[in-house]
Formats: sequence, C-alpha cells, structure tokens
Amino acid sequence: MPAHAETEPAELLLRVRDLRTWFLTDSGPVRAVDGVSFDLHAGETLGIVGESGSGKSVCAKSIMRLLDEPARIVGGSVEFRGRDLATLDDEALRAVRGREIAMVFQDPMTSLNPVLRIAKQLVEAMTAHGRFTPAAARTRAISLLRRMGVGRAEAAVDSYPHQFSGGMRQRVMLAMGFSNEPALLIADEPTTALDVTIQAQILELLRELNRDLGTAVILISHDLGVIANVCSRILVMYAGEVVEEGPPEQLLSDPRHPYTWALLHAAPRIDAEAADRRLTTIDGQPPDPRAWPAGCRFRARCPFAVAKCAEHPALLPIDEGRASRCWVTQEGGTLHTPARAPATAAPAQAPQPAAPLLEVRDLTKHFALPKQGYFSAPRVLRAVDGVSLSVARGETVGLVGESGCGKSTLARLVLRLHEPTSGTVAFDGTDITHAPQSAIRPLRRRMQMIFQDPYGSLNPRMSVGEILSGPLLLHGIVADGAAARARVAELLDIVGLPGAAAARFPHEFSGGQRQRISIARALALGPDLVVADEPVSALDVNIQAQIINLMVELQERLGLTYLFISHDLAVIRHVCDRIVVLYLGRVMEQGRAADLFSRPLHPYTRTLIAAAPVPDPRIERTRRHVPMQGEPPNAANPPSGCRFRTRCPAAQDICAAEEPKLRPGVEGQMVACHFPGVL
Amino acid sequence: MIRYVVSRLVTAVVMVLLATLVIFLIANTVPGDPALAALGDMQASDPVQVREFRARWGLDLPLWEQYWLFLKRLAQGDLGISISSRRPVLADIIDYAPATLELATIAFLLSLAVGLPLGVVAAVKRDSWVDHVARFVALIGVSAPTFWLAFIMLAIFYGQLDWAPGPGRLDPIAFPPDRITGLLLIDTALAGDWETFRDAAAHLVLPSIVLAASTLGLITRTTRAAMLEALSQDYVRVARAKGLLARVVVTGHAVPNAMLPVVTLGGLAYANLLTGAVMTETVFGWPGLGRYTFRSAVTVDFPAIMAITAIVAAIFVLVNLLVDLSYALLDPRVARA
Repeated sequence: MPAHAETEPAELLLRVRDLRTWFLTDSGPVRAVDGVSFDLHAGETLGIVGESGSGKSVCAKSIMRLLDEPARIVGGSVEFRGRDLATLDDEALRAVRGREIAMVFQDPMTSLNPVLRIAKQLVEAMTAHGRFTPAAARTRAISLLRRMGVGRAEAAVDSYPHQFSGGMRQRVMLAMGFSNEPALLIADEPTTALDVTIQAQILELLRELNRDLGTAVILISHDLGVIANVCSRILVMYAGEVVEEGPPEQLLSDPRHPYTWALLHAAPRIDAEAADRRLTTIDGQPPDPRAWPAGCRFRARCPFAVAKCAEHPALLPIDEGRASRCWVTQEGGTLHTPARAPATAAPAQAPQPAAPLLEVRDLTKHFALPKQGYFSAPRVLRAVDGVSLSVARGETVGLVGESGCGKSTLARLVLRLHEPTSGTVAFDGTDITHAPQSAIRPLRRRMQMIFQDPYGSLNPRMSVGEILSGPLLLHGIVADGAAARARVAELLDIVGLPGAAAARFPHEFSGGQRQRISIARALALGPDLVVADEPVSALDVNIQAQIINLMVELQERLGLTYLFISHDLAVIRHVCDRIVVLYLGRVMEQGRAADLFSRPLHPYTRTLIAAAPVPDPRIERTRRHVPMQGEPPNAANPPSGCRFRTRCPAAQDICAAEEPKLRPGVEGQMVACHFPGVL
Repeated sequence: MIRYVVSRLVTAVVMVLLATLVIFLIANTVPGDPALAALGDMQASDPVQVREFRARWGLDLPLWEQYWLFLKRLAQGDLGISISSRRPVLADIIDYAPATLELATIAFLLSLAVGLPLGVVAAVKRDSWVDHVARFVALIGVSAPTFWLAFIMLAIFYGQLDWAPGPGRLDPIAFPPDRITGLLLIDTALAGDWETFRDAAAHLVLPSIVLAASTLGLITRTTRAAMLEALSQDYVRVARAKGLLARVVVTGHAVPNAMLPVVTLGGLAYANLLTGAVMTETVFGWPGLGRYTFRSAVTVDFPAIMAITAIVAAIFVLVNLLVDLSYALLDPRVARA
C-alpha cells in the first residue's frame, strides 16, 4: 500500500485534463482518446484497464508524447510537476523522458535493439541525461540488473538481447526504466507477452520497486487480475473515455459502470467453480472511433440502459473516492449480478464409454538441433518426452503449461501434423502413429484443429465461402457448388455469422469473428475431435467469453470432443472436464478439473495456480502465494531426476537423483512427484 | 568461423563450375557459328576451310570432350586462346579488367555516398521535400534506360556545355602512365603525374554517374524502406522514451538495423556493376570487360565466353560470401560460435 495514505498528502505528480489524442487519417479523425482526465500523486499506483481499442495505450503514450504519425494530441493538458507536457518544447521534453518519467512496453522481445549490447542500451539511458559518466553508468547498470533479478549480471551486461528469455528482457527493460530514478514509471501491458509464472515475478518486482523507491506507477493492462494485484486505484476506459474510477476493493466487488460489470463477469475465474460453462457476455462491438455515438457510448451494448442514456453522461463522483460515467449508478441504481442462463438440458455428463476417442501412449517427439561442430554428437530437443493421455468421446481435456512445455507439439502429434518419434497415437481404435498420409487423409474429416492466431490462420486471398467450402469439396462431402454453398451458409449460421459473410474476405472481420470463421472451418467436415490450440488467447475478454460460449454450445449440440490447449488456467478450469499439466515435455499431473484446482498434488500445479492473478484484492490476500523461482530450464538439456526440481520449493535430494513416475493419487488424479501434496 | 569460410569456398568452386557448364551448353545450343563469324561469308562457304577452322579450335570434338578440355586448361590457369583476338584470353582479360574495375568502383562509391544519406534523411523526414527528391531520384535512377541516359549526358555536358571530356579513359593526346595496376587513377598517382590523373578523373565523371544511376536508385529506395521499417520498431520508441537526442535515436538505433538489407543489396549491386557495364562502356568507348563480353558474344568466341562466365560467376559467389560474413559482424543473432 502506498505510504501517502497515512502521512500528509503526497505531491500531485501528474494532472491530466480533457486529453484528446486523435489519429488524423485521410478518412477523418479517429478519436482514440477523447477527453480523459485524472490525477496521479507521487508514489501512487494507478491501473488503466480496457479492451483493445479503448484508448488506454494511446493515453499512456500521449503522456510522454511518444505518439506515431498520424496520432496527434489535439486538446487538453498533461501537467507534470507544473509543466504541460503536451505543449513542452522538444528539448525540455527530452529531459523529462527517461529521467523523470520512464516507460516499459508490452513486448520485451522487440523493445531492445537486437544489434546492440545490453550494456550500451542501459548506459546510454543514463549518460543521455548527464547524470553519470559512462564508467559509473556501467557499474550502476550491473547493480540494477542484479536488483531486477538478472543472474550473473556482470556477464549479462555484455550480452546481446537475443541471448535472453522474454522474462529476463523485461527485467532489463525495468532496469532501464529505473536507471535514472524517475518519479513515474508507465508500464504498458508489461506482462502480457509472458508466462503466468514469470508474470507473477515481474508484478512482484514492480510492487517492490514502488514500495522501496517510492516511484509512482501507471500500469496499463487488459487483465483486471493483473491491475488488481498491483494498483491502489483503477481507471476503466471504454471508447476513448474513462468510464469508472475507484480503488480495486470496491470497484471490482461492486462495479458501478455496466462496462466494468461486463468485463468482470465475462472473465472466467480461477478461484471459483462455475455452475455453468457459459459466461456472461455483452453483445455487439465497441463503437466506431470515427463517429462516437451521441449519448452514452456504451448504451448500445448495455443491459441496464434507460431512456436518459441518449444523453452523454459525465464522469461524476458517486461515492468516497469513486466516480462513474453512468446515469443509472449516478442516481443510486445498482448493477445486479448476472442472471445465469438456466442450464439448458442439464450438461449431458456422458457416461464414460469404454473405448476412448483418442488414446496416447508414451508419446515422444524429438527435434534435431543444429550441430555445434562437424564432429560433435547430434543433439535433440525432447519437445514431448513420454506422454500418455486419453480423451473420451464428448469430453474436454485441457493441456496446460508454460511456453515451451510441449503442449502445441503434442497437439500436432495427435493430429499427425508431426510424426511421433516413438510411442503410439490411436484415434477411435485405429493406430495412426506411423500411418502414411494416404491413410491419415480420410481421418482428417474426423479430427480438426483451431489455431491461436485468427489473423495468420485464414488465407487472406480466399473469401470466407472459399475457405469453408474448400475442405467440403476436397473430401467430396458435397456433390457440387450449390450444395457447398448451402453447407457454408449452414456453418456460418452455426457459428453466429450472417450468411453474407461468405462473400467477404478475412480482413473484413474482427479478431473474434475470424475465430468464428476458424471454428466454422474446423466444423465443416463434421469432426469428432477438435484440437484447439490457444483458441481464445489473442482475444479480448468479452470476445473470449463469446467464443468459449460458442464452443461449449457446439459441444452440447454436436457432441464434439475437445483437446483444449491454453496457458490460461482460468480458461482451462472453466471449460475442461479433465486437465493434463505439462512441464518440459512431461506430464506432471493429471486429473479432473475440479480436483486439480481444489487439491493440486504437484508443486508445479500449485505454483501455476498461485501465480494466476484474481481480479479481487480481498480474495487475492487470502490466497496462498507459492513463490516460483527462476525460469524453465533449457528443454534441450533438462535437469536430472524430476524436471521441475530446479524451481520447486519442496525439492529434496531424491528429486535430483530419481525421476518420479506418474502414479495414481486420489480419485483418479495422477501425479509425478516424490512428495505429492506437500505444498 | 574459418571452417565456415572454407566450406563456403568449396561450395563457391562448385557453383562456378556449374555456371560454366550451363553457359557452355547454352552457347552450343543457340544458333551462331564461330566459323561463320570468324571467317566471314566468303570463306565460310568453302567446306574445307570451315573443317580446318573447326579442327584448329577443337570445335569438331564431341561436346563433353570440349568441356573436359576447358576444365583441364582451367585447372592449369589457362583460359584458352581467343578465337577473335588470337591472344590468350587471360591476357585479354588482364588488359580489359582494370578499366571496368575502376569505373565500377567509382560508380559504386558514388551511389553509396549519395544513396545512403539520401535514403536515411528521406525516411526520417518522411513526406518532406527531401523525401520527394529521394523518391524522384530513385524512380529516375531505376527506370531511365542506361543508353538513353548516357547519350543525354554526353550530348549536354560534352556536346553542348563542354564541361566534361568525351569518350575514352584519357584524351587521345595524353600520355598514359606506365602500367602498374592498370587503374589509371592509381598508376598516375604513383607516377606523380597529376595532369594525367586529373584527365583520367575527368573522364570518369560522366560514365560513373551513368553507371551509378540505377544502383543509386536501388540503394536510396532500399535504405529508405529499411529505415522506415527500423524507425517503426519498438526499440526505436524505447530509445525515444529514454530521452536520447533525436540524432542518436536515428544513427545509434535505427541505422545499424537498417543496414542489414542494404548490405545484401549493395553486394549484389557491386557485382552487377563489375559485370554488367556493357551499355555504358559501349557508349563511352570504355575499353572494359563489358565491351569485351559484347565482342566475344557476337563473334561466338567460345574460349572468351567461357572465361568471362567463370569470372562473373566467381565474382558473384565471392561477393555473396563477403556479404554473409559482414552479416555476422553487423547482426549478433547470425554470428556463429
């Protein structure tokens, strides 16, 4: 908690008033930020949350005037310690950038210059403001890296960025940000590109730095859990405006703007069992930033709208420290908890059939690594290293783990997009481990895949109709073009897209709509098994909820079986019947979703669950925090014994000596640990 | 690193041999008879003379044997005797190559000296007048036909204004320096003959501008595009957020990244200049490899054609190797252990 609460009021650091940042495009101004006002005091932690296009990131860049053409600050002021940064001359602004306000960006993989050494990039940040000599700056760079948790800092400082993982690079970025002891650090989605365990470490570091150095922080994120974890005040942005403001305890438990309400309820929760797999979603899309609607900008999607909403509401105080831009709550109205749709046709908990649809035994996939020299031994990457699992018909099995754990490789193996190195894959009783492509092709009708990236997975040169009818004609499912068109219309209807979509091209659709097209394509052949590789990871929370709902509905309607891959534990918990936890190509634990989350037996599962932030500070305080040190080891050279032991808080000598077998725990839960349930 | 270079050089030799084989086959397939070209219509109508001619130059042997002979001589450093000049091809090439080397190098340096800064400034000041100039230069450079540009330049600066000397490497009345390298600028400088040095330099101005035009256009355009790409990267925004001077952001962060594609293009462009100056050399009466290539082609001078092919292939393979090696220096991500 910031110290200023008890003592005298802290210095007013930043005073943003009616900030308007527009993109002056040829087709008229895009009003990305359209009248944002807020204050920030020294040492405070402010979170800005909103979905993509809400203007939160543009707002952050406007503060430091780091906007790219054609974005322009067209109105308002950004007063920082009495100076208006919006109108300050370039040289004076340069003295503020990096010195008094520092910024950390979303993607650590692209934020560091790939051709310059870390040392140079850190040192120039300090010498540019004349506060350090190059030698002193280098010494400070090393101590900063050490402070940020970068191992072997003396050597690391002379490395190039590509020699570091994403998490380590973000630590380097934080070292850079704090190098001149700024009064304010702006962090724009600093953990979005990182694994949940690394995210927890970086957020913890941010909290510490704020506490120890008194640096004010503006944290921008689409994830309410992340914001709630770090910030003492939250701004919720929608359509270029702040729609709600308040401390996280109240704002997240009792939202006073319908948009905040929608954000909260659309996100699956890791800390609660869901009675219904359907999430609460709101209809429609955010309005067009070229022409905001005249009244309340959320009105068209708002379940609480009243007649007065045709007028544009102002952001007004509604309670101690809280403000909302909503006619309903300003007049004392409340937002009820969502009425769950009555569970239609009680979830058909199919009795477990005898033969599983997919049966994987001791599966391995080794990728050859480039040789280090002509005469050195060939090296392999054991991406999947002895995995067994089975998926029953009608079931949803989740694969979860950090990036590099082999979950995507496993997905490709079961579809035989890769050929396994050893082990067996049986689909509906047929062994397809080494079946030739001619034997696989007829089976492709019955197993389909949905990919993560709805932008890269649809051919931009083909119309949606062509994308969907291609597999139909290829497999001879329909006789002619007319039959194909009829089936395409049917498919579009199933996934909730208009029939006219068939004539349009992928770029004309939003990310969520494209993912619907991907799903329609997967369904075109009437598959039994659908492998979904991070199908909702690239989507905003409301769209994510819509896609999850669609997948749940389709499963009930068509009796689909899902192998669902995700790094997001809340999503996994929400949609899966059973879960398999992978680490460095091995299964650490598997079991029923409810059991796994209420009683994780493996320390890795426990730490993963603990690392996922919950958007409720009160619950967050009561949750067990299990520190997970370090990063996943190099998969090409895994640790001896238990692969997790190098990061395990409960590791003993035996863990290094002997690899634990996957053994039955309680009630069908399987765990590979010498000390199951110890954490 | 050394092992890498050696393996690349071995590959290079194979590439050069393959190139000569392809050219050998093409040259033997296209219509055109060296006997007819060398003897003229009259004598070529006499079958006896033609038979003698073919026997003397080994043209009556089976194709594979002709190629084998070429390879055998090549291994001994013998490129054969030119049919048209009746001199060793190697001697011909040594005579002609320096003129081309000098012209191509000056043209290349010129296009770098103008193209790189122009491309960088055009990207930094996008849509300003500098950018418009750069785009115009790039467009003209790439699209203006060389022979047209050459004639126009000669007509204006030699014919009308008389600012520049006429064709050739030196004035007809000038005394060429003693041949040391064959490069006139160097040989005159070594001899201390500054009058002839100035004459040689003046003769280089127009042809090097003409020859540089398309390379200049390509380098300007590529530099501009690469800089625009680099300037839009996150690390440039980070550099700005650090409070670095705008100049440092450009030269310290964007330029080193933008140079990567420019180096690739530059290497290929230099190889092209060395081997493809036929048009410029013809218009400017430049006694270089381009003209030699042209003459060899029209006279179907097999030994000369084969030798030129081997040299051109070697130049390209070598330049590519140098480009790859410089990549390892410029980009730590491709540096090998």
